Amino acid sequence: MDFQVVVLAGGNSKNLTPLISKDVPKPLLPVANRPVLYYVLHQLRQSNLKDLIVVVEGEDAALHVGGWISKTFVDGLHVEIAAVPEDIGTAGALRAISHHLTAKDILVVSGDLVSDVPPGAVAATHRRHDAAVTAMLCSVPVSGSLESGSSGGKDKTRKPGRYNIIGLDPCKQFLLHIATGSEIEKDSRLQKHILHAVGQMEIRSDLMDAHMYAFKRSVLQEVLDQKDTFQSLKQDIVPYLVRSQLKSEALLNGISQAEENGNEKLSSPNNQVLVSKILANASTPSFHEPYSMEPDGSAQTRKTHKCCAYIASSSSYCVRLNSIQAFMDINRDVTGEADHLLSDNIIGPSPKLGTKTTVGPHCMLGEGSEMGDKCQVKRSVIGRHCRIGSHVKIVNSVVMNHVTIGDGCIIQGSVVCSNVQLQERVVLKDCLVGAGFVVTMGNEYKGESLARKEK
Amino acid sequence: MGAQKKGATARVSEDQEELARNPLQAILLADSFATTFRPITLERPKVLLPLVNIPMIDYTLAWLESAGVEEVFVFCCAHSKQVIDYLESSQWSSQPNFSVTTIESHNSISAGDALRLIYERNVIHGDFVLISGDTMSNMSLTQVLQEHKERRKKDANAIMTMVIKKSKPSPITQQSRLGTDELFMAINPVTKQLLCYEDKAERSKGFISLDKTLIADNPSIILHNDKQDCYIDVCSQEVLSLFTDNFDYQHLRRHFVKGLLVDDIMGYKIFTHEIHSSYAARIDNFRSYDTISKDIIQRWTYPFVPDILCGSSAIKVERQGAYRASDVTLSRSAHIGSFTFIGQGTKIGNDTKISHSVVGEGCTIGSNVTIEGSYIWNNVTIEDGCQLRHAIVCDGVIMRSGAVLQPGVILSFKVVVGQQFVVPAYSKVSLLQQPTQQDSDEELEYADNTSGTGELRYKLNGDIATDLSETAYELGTGGVGYIWSVFEGAQDEEWKHSVAPIPTDKLVKLMLDKDEDEEQLTQDGNVLSASGELKADSDDNGSEDDDNADSRDDYGFFEKEVEATFLRAVHENVKVDHAVLEVNALRLSYNMASVDCAGAIFYSMMKLAVESPHHSASELHRNAADIITKWQKLLKSFLHDIDEEIEVILKFEEMCLESAKEFAALFPQVLHLLYDKEILQEDAILRWADEKEGADESDKVFLKSSEKFVQWLKEAEEEDEDD
Repeated sequence: MDFQVVVLAGGNSKNLTPLISKDVPKPLLPVANRPVLYYVLHQLRQSNLKDLIVVVEGEDAALHVGGWISKTFVDGLHVEIAAVPEDIGTAGALRAISHHLTAKDILVVSGDLVSDVPPGAVAATHRRHDAAVTAMLCSVPVSGSLESGSSGGKDKTRKPGRYNIIGLDPCKQFLLHIATGSEIEKDSRLQKHILHAVGQMEIRSDLMDAHMYAFKRSVLQEVLDQKDTFQSLKQDIVPYLVRSQLKSEALLNGISQAEENGNEKLSSPNNQVLVSKILANASTPSFHEPYSMEPDGSAQTRKTHKCCAYIASSSSYCVRLNSIQAFMDINRDVTGEADHLLSDNIIGPSPKLGTKTTVGPHCMLGEGSEMGDKCQVKRSVIGRHCRIGSHVKIVNSVVMNHVTIGDGCIIQGSVVCSNVQLQERVVLKDCLVGAGFVVTMGNEYKGESLARKEK
Repeated sequence: MGAQKKGATARVSEDQEELARNPLQAILLADSFATTFRPITLERPKVLLPLVNIPMIDYTLAWLESAGVEEVFVFCCAHSKQVIDYLESSQWSSQPNFSVTTIESHNSISAGDALRLIYERNVIHGDFVLISGDTMSNMSLTQVLQEHKERRKKDANAIMTMVIKKSKPSPITQQSRLGTDELFMAINPVTKQLLCYEDKAERSKGFISLDKTLIADNPSIILHNDKQDCYIDVCSQEVLSLFTDNFDYQHLRRHFVKGLLVDDIMGYKIFTHEIHSSYAARIDNFRSYDTISKDIIQRWTYPFVPDILCGSSAIKVERQGAYRASDVTLSRSAHIGSFTFIGQGTKIGNDTKISHSVVGEGCTIGSNVTIEGSYIWNNVTIEDGCQLRHAIVCDGVIMRSGAVLQPGVILSFKVVVGQQFVVPAYSKVSLLQQPTQQDSDEELEYADNTSGTGELRYKLNGDIATDLSETAYELGTGGVGYIWSVFEGAQDEEWKHSVAPIPTDKLVKLMLDKDEDEEQLTQDGNVLSASGELKADSDDNGSEDDDNADSRDDYGFFEKEVEATFLRAVHENVKVDHAVLEVNALRLSYNMASVDCAGAIFYSMMKLAVESPHHSASELHRNAADIITKWQKLLKSFLHDIDEEIEVILKFEEMCLESAKEFAALFPQVLHLLYDKEILQEDAILRWADEKEGADESDKVFLKSSEKFVQWLKEAEEEDEDD
């Protein structure tokens, strides 16, 4: 398939401190003992999308990520790593690598997406409709287990997970309206002329833009060039394309006919009308063509482009790792209900468990980790080469690699990053412990974020 | 499950009992409370206008009867006598199992008034069908009634079910084929609840706003632009009482439906029922008259078609939808085209061509006449060589030879068009003069219909001849009638609702206009998003900032209002009590606390002191003292506790620093003054001093200047304690 994939593996890390550090950039943040980027790359490989550009913010991070990819995906993937400056936004990142894009269509995926929706299906939908942009929409994740929702503060309980307001046509194929961010909290403004064209629009607030888009390359590059103020794909470019879908001529004038040869839609609209008339019985009806006809039925003068939606089935799994809460959720789900995302076994090859130590279901133990006697592990992920003493209780937590936990520790609902040392009888509840931190003997923490000071 | 089933059957039998007790009732409004059919409706009520030669109300009643309605209350207002007379002489007065009762009113000016009157009569005992007398339908009511009843059982607030039908308005004119303006409805796809009804959407705005609470409450909403409101409603009894409770509800849709949708206190809900295969439409304007007539001729309304409805005079349907009564005198060379109705006793001359038209009873049509897409009612005389295109010609009209009607012409009763005269397009011609007291205010459009008719009636009989002779030239030699002038502003709109099809040049123009508009709108949209993207990260901080800014603004406005109130109180010597009331009212309307009031009032007082003429600091002090003395009661009424008093001090400090620096030197004196007048208690001042103790040096300027006073207060307190 002539598809180039751009994996945007940068992202603001401030939501995820202290889990992310210089040594562990966000794409490499382990989720169930694998870097989060693995899940995207794995899905892409499954869909046979092998021509990849991984965009990473910052040179150092790019080196880390590149090293890991070349180690892990030796076979099958053709990956380029591109480093871009920090804080230029998703659109900025694409602009920076725009000259690398050569394929006819571009699939842009966020590197923090943990999902079992096949990217190939999105690409296929895009191709089938010959769309300018196709966005993957998924059901709003049931954010946070209930108990964590209550601790999450009033704000979160007030608006139970509304991420986007999305307008769809009756066949649920075309994207007619999309509102993100702060717009959601305002009254929705729906463009009349789109409504006129399509007749009825379904407005959904239970769908989320999963940040996986297929773009027609020419359109994407055109927008990136013309609208140099656009910073974000999700908030600027996609809404812009959706908004202007019925009158894109101003935008797409610059495309030379030769370049769009294979695509009669933009270059020879008359032909398109004919084609659509011929196919009127067979193909899915599209509101784009009739709308663009002159009243006397003569030649069409307006250019339109299609914005499509691929709606993942409600049973599929699709969450973005963009907050601590999401991190906890994903860890829990990947080891639990969505364990099909992991292709191999959950308990590593050589865990050494002491006597009377129990590891409950939905748990994960990395290779080379050792546990002492009479430990309890429930609904938790434990990384590689951890040393865990005796009488340790770990519940609803994530413990990363090379962590040393002394005897009698109790860890609940916490994240313990790599190389952390917990001395004896430490009690952590709802804590975040940054990499390399040492918690001294007998300390108790609740709801705190502990991190080593940056040297 | 079994238990449930039993319950269900028990309920069904209950229903049947209920049905037995309450026969299905309908309210038929035989007055549209609108003026769209003028000038015709000045002389005859709209419901009696012939639609393919049969009065509209007959279609409505025939449908109600067939749909199982047993009791119909016909509400008549304008020309009520004509309606009652017609009904009494018609077949409807003697139907078994179908009673038609008329309710007459002379002072109702709206559907709201009508329903209030019916409520007072206390004749409706259960669910009823609300319909106006100009509605054609052949739908079955069984399903919608059942749905309505079931919903009612679950939720007593589901008081109305509206019937809707798919009809996509033209993307160019944004008008349905019935000539009604585009309608936006938001419906919950699962429950079919109506969430938003927007029929007067502002054309200039390029978007439709949906309230955020709607979206929050409904995970999925379908916004329809492709549905038509059939104006057939199944209502529960509450609807009538709601009209009585809300005496300002006039229009069924504009006030009642929208009122219910907006009102979230009572929680009444409206649901929709979509019909797919059956027909329902309302004659709202001339264009829908045209459209529905054609639908009837093409038998979409079957079984309510002319040859079945009037069984008495045998009407034959020939090929291509040509309806012909039995005793039509037709010249051999006359050509009757497709989809044409020719009524009884009509004579048609040589070489006359008629197509897509309705010709009523007893008409005389000469030779070489061309009639296209026109509606000719009864006893019309059309002489040789006339041409009619897309016109409505009422009873008794005479068109002299060679007269021409351009598209969209309406000739009201008994008009005479002179020889060779060309009536310009979209003219409305009547024997009656155009009512002069045209009220441009749309809200009152129902009013002038009824009031106007009475006044105008006399002209018909009395001095009509002399009257007309003066203006006869309007319709050529020998013509009789007035051409109504089109009111300003409506000129552009005339073609939209006319019987004539929309001319192509209009369409092209509209199309171009629309392109421009959209260009504009997209550009606006871009600007919007460009500014929006600055705060790309929609984190909570951003919105909080906004909130703060809002409330700050609010306070600013509030302060200004309070100041204005205070100044008015000073200049007009308003009593203190009244001023207190006014400030309190402001407080409520701006949603402020009394702390804010105290601050704002004090600010206004001090500002007045500064602004009144003074030459030295001592004069300023005196000014302040005067004002404080005079208005202390006002200020005190907002100083309930110590926090508010501290607020006054803080406000004063702020003023001394910013707006009224002259007071800076007087700070301790004024503070003392306030203490003396018992506006501030020593506790408040001491607390303020305490709080300030820890502040920055720059903040302590005033604390220092009033140190002595504070010191004195402290000592006094200690002495008190010693005592």
